[in-house]
Amino acid sequence: MAIRTEELLLNVGPQHPSTHGVLRVVVKLDGEVITEATPVIGYLHRGTEKLAENLNYTQIIPYTDRMDYVSAMTNNYVLCHTVEKMMGIEVPERAEFLRLIVMELQRIASHQVWWGTYLLDIGSLSPFLYAFRDREIIINLFNELCGARLTYNYMRVGGVKWDAPEGWIDKVKDFVKYMKGRLEVYDRLVTGNEIFLARVKGVGKYDAQTAIDYGLSGANLRCTGVAWDLRKTQPYSLYDRFEFDVATAEEGDCWARYKVRLEEIRQSLRILEQALEQFPPEGEIMGKVPRVVRPPEGEYYAAIESPRGEIGCYIVSKGKAEPYRLKFRRPSFVNLQVLPKLLVGETMTNLVTILGSIDIVLGEVDC
Amino acid sequence: MKQDQTVRAGTAEPSDPPAAERAEQAAGTNEAAPLVAGADVNPSRIDQTAAEGGETPAQGAEQREGDGVSEKARQTVTPEKQADSSKQADAPKGGDESGSAAEGATAGAAAKNEAGVKAADSADADKEAKRKAAAEARAARAAAKAKADGDGGESAQPKPPSPNQPLLDRLVDILKREVGEDAVESAWINPIGDIPTVSLRAERLVDCARVLRDHPELQLNYLRNVAGVDMETHMEVVYHLISLNNKINYSIKVKTDREHPSVPSVSEVWSTANWNEREIYDLLGIDFPGHPDLRRILMPDDWVGYPLRKDYVPADPEV
Repeated sequence: MAIRTEELLLNVGPQHPSTHGVLRVVVKLDGEVITEATPVIGYLHRGTEKLAENLNYTQIIPYTDRMDYVSAMTNNYVLCHTVEKMMGIEVPERAEFLRLIVMELQRIASHQVWWGTYLLDIGSLSPFLYAFRDREIIINLFNELCGARLTYNYMRVGGVKWDAPEGWIDKVKDFVKYMKGRLEVYDRLVTGNEIFLARVKGVGKYDAQTAIDYGLSGANLRCTGVAWDLRKTQPYSLYDRFEFDVATAEEGDCWARYKVRLEEIRQSLRILEQALEQFPPEGEIMGKVPRVVRPPEGEYYAAIESPRGEIGCYIVSKGKAEPYRLKFRRPSFVNLQVLPKLLVGETMTNLVTILGSIDIVLGEVDC
Repeated sequence: MKQDQTVRAGTAEPSDPPAAERAEQAAGTNEAAPLVAGADVNPSRIDQTAAEGGETPAQGAEQREGDGVSEKARQTVTPEKQADSSKQADAPKGGDESGSAAEGATAGAAAKNEAGVKAADSADADKEAKRKAAAEARAARAAAKAKADGDGGESAQPKPPSPNQPLLDRLVDILKREVGEDAVESAWINPIGDIPTVSLRAERLVDCARVLRDHPELQLNYLRNVAGVDMETHMEVVYHLISLNNKINYSIKVKTDREHPSVPSVSEVWSTANWNEREIYDLLGIDFPGHPDLRRILMPDDWVGYPLRKDYVPADPEV
């Protein structure tokens, strides 16, 4: 006599810690195996794009902080960068250096959050404490620079709001040295760990074709061997002045994404070393910007490489102080789309492993 | 720095209480101006502008030459000078017209004696001059752009031909040959960033999309972004494409009727379009026939209306 089995419908989230925010995944389970998974999003939708239509460009910047709140600096940058391109504004070199330095620090901080919470997700508590202790140094540096720990509102169209305080650059130099040593600790602590490897190798695997088809970006694309990093392939800011490699891996699984992100921290430190060395000792931090920022009539899409992938900003301007239409291409939103495809046939425990490896921030998914 | 001035304005000339009060009032306006830009303007202040300072811009225009006179006035009446300087400190903070409305209100408050009027007007004159210069610059830019746009079609070349013009011509050529003469409605180079842009007929979009993705010369395998725009006369869906192989950007536009907006789904061609189209359906109400799962994605399922439409009115005013 055969055992009668029933399909089980399970709601994961929206208040589950492993979903990193308010994501709900409706999964159908056959025993321990997932047969169907549907992400439900929108719990954190604040209508940023609608709000932006009634705000001028400077007022929109704080809203970008709150999209990807783990990486506010890159969000600030993409908006300012797009408007500057539309208006043809030159950004002074010192300001651009400051922007680049904070963006790379932000990338490191963001990957540290990912590294800590990812390992927490799959059952290892200590790395989280290591990561957050080191990230605190970056947060303090940002705090000193612009008075905020998370939502910086630091950049402006044409430059940055605050100049580096005295001795700040030296502190960043010290951090870069310190962080290099810490990476070895991270590796010793986790990277070679047998239990960890057993959890991530071969899990959540996809090929380059799938990644491109789904429009994945960031580490999710580079883990399949596609060397696509906008800092290198479509250089913006000052990235074409510095030597660094695009971190890639071949396997396309959670392990590959882990390796890519750690390597990206290394490359960011490399960029920082060069940028801090070449940092202009003095200069303006704001370019010549009209009192009211009014991009000329027209439209433009600009994209940069955020820690999570390609973050883009599409502006339709009617020559007014407010955008006619502002659309953000949020990497987390696009990357999350591949989740149902990866989950089918996996076990329930791997749901957490795979979701964590995509590295989403719900503030950005829902916008 | 701002605080310093506020304090000074408040304590200056105690022998002239009304003047000091006015200065305080003006400084108060300055303080009340939001840090980023003047979005919230006290309605009573706007009324004041209408009542007392309504004619200030015109006067300001007249006063533009008479800066010397008002300079003298400023020197003689200290509190107004203070108020004025605090107002000038305010000037770079005001972000837009509402910011200048606040300034106008300040001027109205100060307009009780003649010297005050003059002092305020000279500040207005400065601003007026700047505004005029900015307007002229804008007009010049707009004219230049109109020129570039006017002959940006398929046939004529823009004044300095864009380096990407051959790419555009080739794209149009390929689409017309592979899909049909009627596929391309118009083609131009987006002046910002020199992006080759084509507007396609909605019915031929999916065929065109296949060609764009698979043609060996184009290989537009990566759909970066899909955006819907309500242009009030019609709706638009904009696709930003790039080839990861040859790193060339294109953008594709499809226009659709505003009453029954409908654009065929390209999620068969690029899987990433799936959620992007759901988002556009959710926020703009554009239908995507052929989409495997067209449901709301960000808003609740029972939401009424499409928030990103320009004529959107919330069904429930409480929300």
